[in-house]
Amino acid sequence: MSPAATTASDAPAAPVTLAKALNKGLRRAMEQDPKVLLMGEDIGKLGGVFRVTDGLQKDFGDARVIDTPLAEAGIIGTAIGLALRGYRPVCEIQFDGFVFPAYDQITTQVAKLYARSLGKMRVPIVIRIPYGGGIGAVEHHSESPEALFAHTAGLRVVACSNPVDGYWMIQQAIESDDPVIFFEPKRRYWDKAQLDESAGPAYGFDQAVVVRPGTDLTLAAHGPMVRTCLDVARAAEEEGRSLEVIDLRTISPLDVNTVVESVNRTGRLVVVHEAPVFFGLGAELAAQVTDRCFYRLEAPVGRVGGFHTPYPPSRIEETYLPDLDRVLDAVDRAFDH
Amino acid sequence: MTTRTPARSRRSAQAPEPEPVLVPEAAAADGYGAAEELPLIQLLTPEGERRSHPDYPLDVDAEQARALYRDLVLVRRVDAEGTALQRQGELGLWASLLGQEAAQVGSGRAMRPGDFAFPTYREHGVAWTRGVPPINLLGMFRGVNNGGWDPNEKNFMLYTIVIGSQTLHAVGYAMGIQRDGSDDAVIAYFGDGASSQGDVNESFVFAASYNAPVVFFCQNNQWAISEPTERQSRVPLFRRASGFGFPGVRVDGNDVFACLAVTRAALDRARTGNGPTLIEAYTYRMGAHTTSDDPTRYRGNDEVELWRARDPLARLRTYLVREGQADDEFFAEVEAEADALAAEIRAGCLSLPDPHPLSMFDYAYTGPHAQVEAEREELAAYLDSFTDEEAAR
Repeated sequence: MSPAATTASDAPAAPVTLAKALNKGLRRAMEQDPKVLLMGEDIGKLGGVFRVTDGLQKDFGDARVIDTPLAEAGIIGTAIGLALRGYRPVCEIQFDGFVFPAYDQITTQVAKLYARSLGKMRVPIVIRIPYGGGIGAVEHHSESPEALFAHTAGLRVVACSNPVDGYWMIQQAIESDDPVIFFEPKRRYWDKAQLDESAGPAYGFDQAVVVRPGTDLTLAAHGPMVRTCLDVARAAEEEGRSLEVIDLRTISPLDVNTVVESVNRTGRLVVVHEAPVFFGLGAELAAQVTDRCFYRLEAPVGRVGGFHTPYPPSRIEETYLPDLDRVLDAVDRAFDH
Repeated sequence: MTTRTPARSRRSAQAPEPEPVLVPEAAAADGYGAAEELPLIQLLTPEGERRSHPDYPLDVDAEQARALYRDLVLVRRVDAEGTALQRQGELGLWASLLGQEAAQVGSGRAMRPGDFAFPTYREHGVAWTRGVPPINLLGMFRGVNNGGWDPNEKNFMLYTIVIGSQTLHAVGYAMGIQRDGSDDAVIAYFGDGASSQGDVNESFVFAASYNAPVVFFCQNNQWAISEPTERQSRVPLFRRASGFGFPGVRVDGNDVFACLAVTRAALDRARTGNGPTLIEAYTYRMGAHTTSDDPTRYRGNDEVELWRARDPLARLRTYLVREGQADDEFFAEVEAEADALAAEIRAGCLSLPDPHPLSMFDYAYTGPHAQVEAEREELAAYLDSFTDEEAAR
């Protein structure tokens, strides 16, 4: 990825939100590759319900920023045909809970066509999904279905947690020849950070990153829970505990090595995600880390996440979602062993 | 928008196409009008008599008619060999196209090389017209791969087993054609059962919305496994199109001339910026749904015999003989060619190697994936442990 031709300026640019960083990343990908198309509901004139595609139809035209009929299977199904014709569609699913009409096309077609063609047909489709809770939304607007996609071979599943990653990861996703399910933490869309567009991506697309070093316990999280875990680490520090925080960034493939390396130093692991704990990412990480760090573990791997219930009404969602106290509670239990 | 030219947009904004013209004389007994409620476009009757149609003129010289007959015979033989290989345990399954040869050959031969076909799993005849070697079709039915051919090599998508999914792929491909400013066109194949699927209806919506250069070719073979077309639709399938805003026509699916002419017209309409067409090819699945099916449980023999009299091959042969366009020598040559093709398919099928067990990991992803790599290594070591033990004995 070449550095952007940004205008020379001595003053640091104003911080950008995650939504704006994604917008800038999409814009840059479209500038660099004329085959990149955006598709989705309300992404054109409106700029998307979260404004992630704001202004792009005006600048790139309605042949490249396509307002689609209101049909998710149709969006993904037609994206497959466009990919076969040589395009690189980036599809927006308006909300997590609306991806399921397209689930069939994603799991039975998108994920399998490279294998079915014995490598002759590539499906470089990116499916962007604003996901997760914490915004007081009505039902089907707060879910975290990443495990459902990670369980399907052929898909890459990633989640960005901050504006800088959002900017680079969306471009890496578009460059990927594999289909990518790209989860965007909707409650972090308005988080801000300094973004240096000329820097180039700091990390590979299949890399987890230690975002806060520590020595006593490892917290592994992705998407919206990274900020929560950083808050937890700061709170724990006041209690004299040094917590390491890993932003997993990619769920399939899963960068287990980075977690294992960390746990071999800290001896404790707590996995945090909004998605239900049952059959979730935490279970997979717990199994892999137990397998590889068995004699280094000072405590069983802890998991904090949503419950095996339909996503609750928003008035009680704060109880469902992992927060500072619930994660700290899990940390305490890990030290009690 | 750069690829949907103003000319196209203007045309698409015009009044909708007129209702398809149904020929009154085709409602006679040989036009199926006596048996079904609506007449259909027919250029060759079951008795082998040529008909003309004002909207679908077709000049077929003797050489072209013979070529179509050869296609029909060879495709039927490919299909028969598939069934035989399954019965002998060489294929796990076969989906027979018996009875649908004219629909597939006629529509397939209407395509230009740059056009693209999106098949179901029964389009062996379309595959033939695209130049896909028949042996390629056997891989998935034998269980040595799940498709395996390059869709872009012959502009023929992999077979799609989940019913109706490919119609959306076809519309997306057609949207790509629009963006490329090309005059290629696309055919989406599906059946009467698929017409109930959401994906098929969404593909109609998308195609209409974008005026995409796609032809929806529905082979109404009357049966979705055990369920008759009436279970899928209260209206004749071709009439569904009007609700989506594009024309629909019903053609005699056992008449290779009519299928050729109607599909060619629809493709031309698509490639000149006039948008989608739904063609309902009215035909019949003479065999079972697949080799796993037993149609005697749900349909009577009278119906099968009625359709046997409408056989697509017999009527063209009658026509060729009556018109003096083919002699015994020609028919013998075609039979000999079919025998040779069948032998070639059989030999090719038997020599299809089983894939190496570790090959299942090869194309899960285009590049390295940590978990896939780890699992491949683990399985390889496990498999090797047997080799070592065997060697040690």
